[in-house]
Amino acid sequence: MALNSTNALYARRRWRNKIATMLSIGAAGFGLTWLVLILLVLVVKGVGGLSPSVFTEMTPPPGGAGGLLNPIIGSLMLTVLAVAFGTPLGILAGTYMAEYGRYAKLTEVVRFINDILLSAPSIVVGLFVYEIMVAQMGHFSAWAGAVALAIIVIPVVVRTTEDMLLLVPNTLREASAALGVPQWLVIRHVAYRAARAGIITGVLLAIARITGETAPLLFTALNNQFFSWDLNAPMASLPVVIFQFALSPYDDWQQLAWTGALLITVAVLGLSILARVLSSKKVLS
Amino acid sequence: MDATVAEGNFLPAHDENERSKALRRFRLGDRVFKIVTLASAMAVLALLAGVIISLIHGSIPTWQAFGFDFFTSQSWNPVKDKFGALPAIYGTLLTSFIAMLIGVPVSLGIAIFLTEICPQSLRRTISIAIELLAGIPSIIYGIWGLFIFAPWFQTTIQPFLIDTFANVPVLNQLFAGPPYGIGMLTAGLILAVMVLPFIASITREVFETVPPVLKEAAYGVGCTRWEVMKRVVIPYTRVGIIGGVMLGLGRALGETMAVTFVIGNAHRIVPSVLAPGTTISASIANEFTEAVGDVYTSSLIALGLILFFITFVVLAAARLMLMRIERKAGK
Repeated sequence: MALNSTNALYARRRWRNKIATMLSIGAAGFGLTWLVLILLVLVVKGVGGLSPSVFTEMTPPPGGAGGLLNPIIGSLMLTVLAVAFGTPLGILAGTYMAEYGRYAKLTEVVRFINDILLSAPSIVVGLFVYEIMVAQMGHFSAWAGAVALAIIVIPVVVRTTEDMLLLVPNTLREASAALGVPQWLVIRHVAYRAARAGIITGVLLAIARITGETAPLLFTALNNQFFSWDLNAPMASLPVVIFQFALSPYDDWQQLAWTGALLITVAVLGLSILARVLSSKKVLS
Repeated sequence: MDATVAEGNFLPAHDENERSKALRRFRLGDRVFKIVTLASAMAVLALLAGVIISLIHGSIPTWQAFGFDFFTSQSWNPVKDKFGALPAIYGTLLTSFIAMLIGVPVSLGIAIFLTEICPQSLRRTISIAIELLAGIPSIIYGIWGLFIFAPWFQTTIQPFLIDTFANVPVLNQLFAGPPYGIGMLTAGLILAVMVLPFIASITREVFETVPPVLKEAAYGVGCTRWEVMKRVVIPYTRVGIIGGVMLGLGRALGETMAVTFVIGNAHRIVPSVLAPGTTISASIANEFTEAVGDVYTSSLIALGLILFFITFVVLAAARLMLMRIERKAGK
C-alpha cells in the first residue's frame, strides 16, 4: 500500500516534469521559429532587390525606379557625426565613474540615470531635440538628427567604458602610481590602453544601436529625396526612407524598403558580431 | 608606455627648477582632467533633466487648454483643436499587456530551455543567436508585420477568432470583426516577438547567477528538473526575472516603429482588440511632422511627456530590482 502510493507520487512527479520540459522546449521552438522566420523573409525579399543600382542611384520619385545612394550616404554621415559627438563625452563620463569617482555617491546616481537613458523610448529623444534645435532654428537639419543619435550613443558608451575600466586590475594602476605618474597619465596610458578593446566594443555596439534608429530622426533630420552634403538641410537616412517607402502604395518603393531593411540588418548583425569577437579577446593583451 | 617615458624625460634630476615646473604641470593636468570627466558625468544627468524640462515646457499650451481633461478625454480632433490622451494611453497599455502576456511565458521557456535542457554543444550558439536577435532594429519587425504577418493574420487567425467566439459573451466583444489584419492585437503580437530575445537573454543571465551547489543539492535529494526550476532556480532569481520582464515592458511601452506600421492609427477606444487603435509613440511618429498649430504640436509633446513618465517609472523599478540580484550574486 505504502509502496503503491509512493509509486503513484513518483509517477505524478515524473509526469509533471515531462510536461514542463515539453512546454519549455515548445516555447523555445515557438519563439525561435518566429525570429528565424523574420530573418528568412527579410533575406528572401531583400536579396531580390539587390542590384548595383541600389548603391549608385538616388531614391526614385513615386512609382519610378532608383536606388538608395542618398539615404546610405546620409545614414553614414549621421552616424559618423553622432559618434563624433557622443563618444568623447561618453568615454569621459565613464572614466569619471570608474576612476576618479569610483566610490562617490554621484557615480551611483549617474549610473542609475544612465541605465534609464539606455532604454528610454527613442522617440522622446526626437521630441527633445526637436524642442531644443529644430524649433529654435526654424527648420529640420542633419545637425539635429546627428545630435539626436548622439544622445542615444552616450549611455551605451558610458556603460561599457565604466564596465571595462572596472575590469582593469588595480595592481596596474598602483604600479605606475608608484613610479610617480600622476593619475590622469595613469588613466590615459595604463587604464585606457588595458581597456581599449572593451571601449571600442562599446562604440561598435553604439553604432549598431543607432544604425536602425528611426524614431529620433523622423522630426529632426526628416528626409530628403535628393543628395545633399548640407548639414543645415534635411538629410535622408535609411531607416526613415524604409519607413516612408514601406507605407507607400508603389511596388518599386516597397521593394527598395525591403532591400534597405536587409542592408540595415546585415550592418547591425555585422557590427554586433565584430564587437563580440573583439570583446572575447582578452581584455589585457 | 613610451609617452610616459617621454614625459619622464622632462624631469632632468639635476635641475630643481625644471623639476618643480614639471610637477606643477602634472598636478594641473590632473585637476583639469578630473574636472573634464566630472563635467561629462554631470552632462549625463543634465541630459535627463533637459529632456524632462523641454517636454514640460513644450506641453504647457496643452495643459493650459485642457488641464486634467487631457488625461480623460477621448476626442482627438485636429480640425477643432480638441485633444485627449486617453485612447493613446489605452493603446499603449493594451498592446504592451498583450506583448507581455505572450512574450513572458515564451521567453521564460526559452531561458529554461537554454539553462537546463539544451545540449551543452548547442547552448552557446543559441544564446549568442538570441542576443544578436535582440539587437535587430524595430523597423525590421514593423515592415515584416505590415507585409507578411498582418495579411496572414487577417485571412487565417482573425476570422477563426471571430467565428469561434461569436456566441461566447464578453469574448465576442473582445474579438469582434471585421478582420482588418492590422490593429491592437497585431501590434501586441509583433511587440511580443520583439521583446522575446530581450527578456530571454536577461532571464538566461539571471538564471546563471544561481550557485550550482544549490541546484546540485536539489538534484541530490531527488528533485526532478521541473522541481529544481520551480523550487530553487525561480525563487532564487525571482527579483531578477521581474526586473528583466519590466525592462522588456519598458521597451514595449516606448516602442515606436514596430507598432506604427501595424496599429492603424485610430484615436478611439473600442472593446475589440482586432480593431485599429493607436499608441502614444505611434501617434507622435505619425502626426508630429504634419501637426499644424501650437495646441496640436503641444498635445503630441504632452503625450511624449506622459510616455516618458510611464517608462521612467517602469525602468527605474526594473533597474532597482536587477541591482538587487546583482548585489546578491556579487556576495
